[in-house]
Amino acid sequence: MKILALLHTQADGSLPKAAYETLTAATSLGQPFVVGVIGAGAAAAADAVAGCGAAEFLAVGDEAVSQPRYATDAAAAAALIQAAGPEIVLAPGTARFARCLPGVAHRVGAQVDTHIVALCGEGGAVHAQRWFYRQRILGSFSRAARPWMLLLDGGAQPAWQGASGAAHAKAVAVAFAAEDQRTAVTGIQAPAADAQTIRPDAALLFVAGAGWTKKQKDGQSHIGDAGALIQTFLRKTQASLGSSKSLVDIQSEGQETLSFMSHMNQVGQTGSTPRHPKGLATCCHGEEPHAVGWRFINERRAVNLDPNCGWAQGKADVVYVADAFEVMAKVNALLEAGGQ
Amino acid sequence: MTQGFQIVVCGSLVPDPLQTLEPVTTPQGPGLKNETMLPSVLDPWSAHALFEAAHLAKQVAGSKVWLVSLGPKAKLQQLMMTVAQKVPFELVALDGSASGFTDAHGVAAALADAIAAIPGLDKSRLLVFGGCASASRDAGVTMQLVGERLGIRDQFAGVDEIKVREDGAFTVLERIEGGQYLASTCAGAPAVLAWATGNLPEPPNNPQIGMANMRGVMPALMKAKPAPAGVGGIVYGKTEIPAQKRQTRIVKDASADEIAREIVEWVKG
Ligand SMILES: Cc1cc2nc3c(=O)[nH]c(=O)nc-3n(C[C@H](O)[C@H](O)[C@H](O)COP(=O)(O)OP(=O)(O)OC[C@H]3O[C@@H](n4cnc5c(N)ncnc54)[C@H](O)[C@@H]3O)c2cc1C
Repeated sequence: MKILALLHTQADGSLPKAAYETLTAATSLGQPFVVGVIGAGAAAAADAVAGCGAAEFLAVGDEAVSQPRYATDAAAAAALIQAAGPEIVLAPGTARFARCLPGVAHRVGAQVDTHIVALCGEGGAVHAQRWFYRQRILGSFSRAARPWMLLLDGGAQPAWQGASGAAHAKAVAVAFAAEDQRTAVTGIQAPAADAQTIRPDAALLFVAGAGWTKKQKDGQSHIGDAGALIQTFLRKTQASLGSSKSLVDIQSEGQETLSFMSHMNQVGQTGSTPRHPKGLATCCHGEEPHAVGWRFINERRAVNLDPNCGWAQGKADVVYVADAFEVMAKVNALLEAGGQ
Repeated sequence: MTQGFQIVVCGSLVPDPLQTLEPVTTPQGPGLKNETMLPSVLDPWSAHALFEAAHLAKQVAGSKVWLVSLGPKAKLQQLMMTVAQKVPFELVALDGSASGFTDAHGVAAALADAIAAIPGLDKSRLLVFGGCASASRDAGVTMQLVGERLGIRDQFAGVDEIKVREDGAFTVLERIEGGQYLASTCAGAPAVLAWATGNLPEPPNNPQIGMANMRGVMPALMKAKPAPAGVGGIVYGKTEIPAQKRQTRIVKDASADEIAREIVEWVKG
């Protein structure tokens, strides 16, 4: 069974963490494998993983793939697959590869599956696991067709660690067509560093629900206070900020809400499913479409006024029946006193 | 843009997310318990794509929206009772399984064929919209496969915004890692845009739009071609809901001070 671990570089020429996780998966199958790298500085990036045990390193580092554009990425990935002739292609499920590799599967006559969370090989067979219905049903499956391309979910494997060296990556020639360059990437729009609330590597996910904007016991809403409490907590803990759908929907409906949040923060059935060791839900009911976003959060606690909220039904480890405004103010004060 | 866009939205039905789902084995492969009885909604991300399509069509004169849906005919009919009241579109229906266990490759082939067969389709004006992933299969591959089959090389995934210029060129914002956007410009149609949430709220029901749409919906359902989308080349092993229930400790009647102390210890620990 011949395997290709297909990776890409980031803007600075380094490999993303997800690429190292893909290498772990490739080595775990215990079969010979080739590493292919796409993007700016591809050959140098191959050197960073020279010690991974690959039989060969291939690279496409042309100017055309210095930007993550569907058409040129697809042409480069198809060329690497054709050059390596693999039966199995493993790749990280990054935004860049999730955009282009499904189309590549069509070009090279492969089958493709995404969001793979576990993988095992037995002889010539490979079995994979992924979630269906947005993290609600876990399924294991395989395919007989080859090539078979599998995009792995970030965080599902440990990152490969090992020696760098001289990989002597072979440059694979790609004929990029002019029509592949009708799209031009113009840049990345990132919130200012102090406004960046989505932190994939944070130890804690802090989730805010619509309760923060609702009328409180004095009959008034306190959106300004809510915003200040949440932002102080995020600053002190460097937690990543998640939101329920209801909270960010309020914004698109034009009502006053927390301006530093957007749909990008939403977790759940129609949001993201981030991976963090801990999660703290506040003013959020814990309804099923929301809680599916917590599938990969290990330790879960919630603060809610309602003792019968969804979290209490076996979804959280601890539910504090309390006013989140009061609790978070005290939490922030303790963090302040503790020098954080 | 002198002629406007032809915007084809791919979107089907998924079980209402508030329903409990239980996997069962059927002769056709894995399925859901009482699948035919489960209430359905329009797949959320493709619903956003549909609303964005209608919004764009309104802005660019001469544009038209189609909704291509592969699902069980009877359930599509039910779904149209609400969806058809939202925004103007012409339905192209394909009669087949909307299960999350079907193989995206077969589904994409059926959708691409249906799009290619739309009378008067002009690829130079074509924008294919859809959700960036379904709430059923959640693979995020169908739109790209459809695009490749139609020979479209400009594709975008996780789109939250499109802005069209006078000359038909457009800019796109795509979600990438870490809450960031990748901004791109594209020379113009044809293109595939697989949408995330976009920026529009769900439009209210408008019975007039509903009446106008329904004139086309019923004939489209009548002539819906069977689309034998099944598990294709996938060999399923186990499908299960892993036991996830936690022993929840409910802390009542503790002071805010006590709770805060416990939370801080836990966060730091
Ligand atoms: C198709 C579809 C897709 C969906 N997808 C998602 C999704 O991806 N993500 C998602 O989140 N939801 C999703 N939902 C919506 C979901 O069903 C819930 O409606 C939503 O999660 C509720 O949000 P919430 O808990 O913030 O708000 P609410 O249900 O309004 O709950 C607010 C909570 O705040 C508490 N509260 C108020 N004040 C305080 C206080 N001072 N202290 C402590 N607690 C307080 C209240 O007790 C209450 O429990 C989806 C729904 C549909 C139909």
